[in-house]
Amino acid sequence: MPETSPEAELRRHAFWSGTLTFGLVSIPVALFSAERPSRVALRLLAPDGTPLHRRYTCPAEDRSLEWEEIVRGYEVEPGKYVVLTEEELEGAEPEKSRDIDLRRFVPADRIDPLYFDRAYFLAPAGQSTRPYKLLADTMERTGLAGLGTFVMRSKEYIVAILAENGLLRAETLRFADEVRAPEALGLTEPRAPSEAEVEKIARAVRAATRKFLDMDVLKDRRAERLMRLVRRKLASGEDVVHLAGEGHEEEEEGGVVDLMELLKRSVEREAEPSEASEKASGGGRRRAGKR
Amino acid sequence: MAARAIWKGTIRFGDVAVPVKLYSAVEERGVHLRLLHAKDGTPVKQVMVHPGTGEPVPHDQVRKGYDTGEGSIVILSDEELESLEPEASRDVEVTEFVEPRLIGYPWYDRPYYLGPDGNEAAYSALARALEAEGKEGVVRWTMRKKEYVGALRAEGGHLELITLHHASEIVDASTLPRPKGRAPEKQELQMAEQLVKALAGEFDVGAYRDEYREKVLELVEKKARGEALKLGPPKRRKAEAASLTDVLRASLERVKEERQVA
Repeated sequence: MPETSPEAELRRHAFWSGTLTFGLVSIPVALFSAERPSRVALRLLAPDGTPLHRRYTCPAEDRSLEWEEIVRGYEVEPGKYVVLTEEELEGAEPEKSRDIDLRRFVPADRIDPLYFDRAYFLAPAGQSTRPYKLLADTMERTGLAGLGTFVMRSKEYIVAILAENGLLRAETLRFADEVRAPEALGLTEPRAPSEAEVEKIARAVRAATRKFLDMDVLKDRRAERLMRLVRRKLASGEDVVHLAGEGHEEEEEGGVVDLMELLKRSVEREAEPSEASEKASGGGRRRAGKR
Repeated sequence: MAARAIWKGTIRFGDVAVPVKLYSAVEERGVHLRLLHAKDGTPVKQVMVHPGTGEPVPHDQVRKGYDTGEGSIVILSDEELESLEPEASRDVEVTEFVEPRLIGYPWYDRPYYLGPDGNEAAYSALARALEAEGKEGVVRWTMRKKEYVGALRAEGGHLELITLHHASEIVDASTLPRPKGRAPEKQELQMAEQLVKALAGEFDVGAYRDEYREKVLELVEKKARGEALKLGPPKRRKAEAASLTDVLRASLERVKEERQVA
């Protein structure tokens, strides 16, 4: 019988769920992407305008395959694969697949920007938000970020946990061997410039320095141009195809809005009544009807 | 061994012009798995099919369109899509220089290195000037028909360019509500602060190794040799029943013990 608690709902929709620990403190969390797919990703269509669906086919049997007929494999020699099942992949590092252990804390602004990879939010997924809020408050006050490693979807990541606006973010970082050193690219120690050359440029830098960042520069201009074109064509009814009740293909990123709703519901959950007795987790009376 | 540059351009601001070459700073190292047909081990092919007939549509007949999300699609021709492309340019235009923390980590996307392209003196001078001023440049450029925004930084005498996400591509934390519920107790806050400070250290990315990648490759070797595998189920850490204060106290004790042993 499936669980229907908000926490279970969260875990079902999350990219990953598990516990975040520091010292011996355990915080159940669910991880969601903080990146949206581009709003203006275009769909591929048939000549009659019908949206196409993605299918995987077997070239040998020349037919479409169901998801259950597909496995993943590693190419050991050209054309020769060793199959790895989900159980085997998850069993390769069982602890790391379910727990992020923050064993070191560093000042957040000391993390080299070259290493930032992808951004996620962590939602509290336990019955109590106390340990989550405790970590978030502490990190915001000390300016420290927690570092750890974990395995998600068959890949290991270094992760930096940071607090922002009372929420915990997870930023995956690249491993050292995933970022090239300048020397490896043949970029040798540049010739030392003259004082005069440096000062001339420094003056120009100062002249172009601003106190505030104009967020306008981060706008997606192509998306704006595309939307202008789309609105024009919609207004004139040109090249518009109406979909007759088509069920949208299940895309993994589909319904980013739904995930945000789940996240909002999760963080808006009221404190459990059992907190009066200082329990960190477990055994609280679930609030009936709270959605 | 010099790597090949993937693009060339000129950084411009005021009357400064610094010609540069762009190099990818990322080296992919993950274990790459392919999708296979379970029955015969053939690598699968991805095709786009018409949902009505189940038949694949030849590439030259595929059209593109924008889904309004409200039941209609606006078809866009190749000519129309081309008209949306930006003008080709070799300029890396600096719109402004700012304090690095104004940009912040949620925006950073992909890193590149910049090397000099002919004028080494100008390149070195720019790198030194940026380091001395302690600023990052916000830059715009067009590469392979795509528009980019990035942060121009200097580190160790070299220039780096890190692309930034567009505003519409990231979820703003300030739009999400803070978790409700009772605030932590003063004592809990004090102990938690002590604990994270006891665990504080330097940022050293070299301290972490991708052990999972190694384990998967070991797994592949064992299977290839036909060996039986011993696997444990993922261990789910059980939430403690002790109070938060007790757990914090025990954590601090443990950190102290580890320090004494070391």
